[in-house]
Amino acid sequence: MIKELVIISGKGGTGKTSVAASFAALAENAVIADCDVDAADLHLLLSPREKSSEPFDGGKKAYIHPGLCTGCGECVIYCRFDAIGDYFVVDPLACEGCGVCARFCPADAIEMRDHISGDWFVSDTAYGPMVHARLGIAEGNSGKLVSLIRKKAKEMAEEDKRGLVIIDGSPGIGCPVIATLTGAHFALIVTEPTVSGLHDLGRIYELARRFRMKIAVCVNKADINREMSEKIRDFCSREGALFCEELPYDDDVTAAIVAGKPLVEYSRGPAALGVERVWGRILNEL
Amino acid sequence: MVIAIASGKGGTGKTTLAASLAVWCARQGRATAILDCDVEEPNANLFIGAEIKTSEAAHMLIPKVDDDLCTGCGECEAICAYSAIVLIKGLPLVLPDMCHSCGGCYLVCPEKAIQEIEKRIGVVETGAAGELLYAGGRLDLGEPISPPLIHEVKKQHPGADVRILDCPPGTSCPVVESVRGSDFLVLVTEPTPFGLHDLKLAVGMARALCVPFGVVINRDGAGTTDVRDYCDSEDIPVLTSIPYSREVAEAYARGDAVPHMLDAHGDALAGLFAAITRGACRAEA
Repeated sequence: MIKELVIISGKGGTGKTSVAASFAALAENAVIADCDVDAADLHLLLSPREKSSEPFDGGKKAYIHPGLCTGCGECVIYCRFDAIGDYFVVDPLACEGCGVCARFCPADAIEMRDHISGDWFVSDTAYGPMVHARLGIAEGNSGKLVSLIRKKAKEMAEEDKRGLVIIDGSPGIGCPVIATLTGAHFALIVTEPTVSGLHDLGRIYELARRFRMKIAVCVNKADINREMSEKIRDFCSREGALFCEELPYDDDVTAAIVAGKPLVEYSRGPAALGVERVWGRILNEL
Repeated sequence: MVIAIASGKGGTGKTTLAASLAVWCARQGRATAILDCDVEEPNANLFIGAEIKTSEAAHMLIPKVDDDLCTGCGECEAICAYSAIVLIKGLPLVLPDMCHSCGGCYLVCPEKAIQEIEKRIGVVETGAAGELLYAGGRLDLGEPISPPLIHEVKKQHPGADVRILDCPPGTSCPVVESVRGSDFLVLVTEPTPFGLHDLKLAVGMARALCVPFGVVINRDGAGTTDVRDYCDSEDIPVLTSIPYSREVAEAYARGDAVPHMLDAHGDALAGLFAAITRGACRAEA
């Protein structure tokens, strides 16, 4: 069976992508998926060579034909998203594509037009195949795009007889994160020993637990605050989560990003060695 | 004046900056409120320490079908763009997590068999830390849709002269909902390839929303100069920069980021506020 390993964090900027890129480099037979479609950065470390690219159909947007519109204002009243402005022009950033305005326009002046929200790609990297996406500026529907990327990555794993999909997730606990966790097998939560890190860990942990998957936690920059790292360790033992490693603060992490390489390829420093140990633990647990 | 603090990339220092600027403004004697719009992971009050005075549930509307009135015509399923209402054996089943509250099914039902009921999605808390007013949202776990909650948060403390919005990371719907209608947007970034890449996305969003904006470079000196070069080439004002220091990181970890910022970077905050007001005025003119 193909396993899906998700790397998430709750709080942003804890080091998810650095860990995910290193896992991609360490894994011998995995497909890599970047599901942080809102701010996708994994490609900056894995240098994918695009093999195919397809538009992402993100639903529809209302378009009001100026020649047909009588200016009655019904659509403005019906729209719950405040998307129709003065002069009856639709704000595409506010339109949710519900089609209520089109359905009730007495002049039949509104058309629901297909809307491309971004592109998604199948690529090759030095470490295996990768599926990733570029969501257009200020586009919504990221949950739908996440589901699409995961589905594609899983299909590719099946075709190539690869047993694992490594997924870089997004911060938060909302729609794209829920779409990333649904049906996955294992979540690694990368957190940091800060008041925010601990607070957000509690929320993402509880969310992941509802999906009945195995959960491991690793603390990045653990030496920034030893006391807080201890609290995270306590949290894990109380909750029964696998506490796998404390990664030390290490300038090589930023240097690897600047160099555009996975940390474990760039450095043999303490953080890189720590990530390798996390990977070992997770391989055992998968 | 509404000042939104956002960033494409997470963990660049949005909350630290928003909280510090808010405390700084309040200490200047301005009626100031900080509104935590990062309802998925609300952290502003960890740094402000406001005493919570009110806590109210926030809701969105979802349909409820009266099976006795329903004839199974399927109009509701046909209009729903989100597959949130589907006919199973001739009767509509509502999938609340998919619903966007557009009201289409309720409006279209010929038998008036659908009413709209409130579904709780989270809470809005309000309070104050000394002179500084606070409001923040907290999305219930498992709720996918945050914009209606963010909308409620933004309504709080309308009387404050300066309202500072701590926005979620990213550039999609929750961020757009937070930033929309602000007088000025501060994009916090860090000088790394990730910071730059996500800043470009955030700049695209700011331009699409027609909100005047500027950049704050946090942890300056820890990476490359590419962010500064990008801002220069795009004519984007760098409002201030905060040098990288391990002390800031340690103060943040303890929850002491705000006092540290006020002590060590009070001048930067003063300069930032001046630059924001200038930028917002210019946009109005």
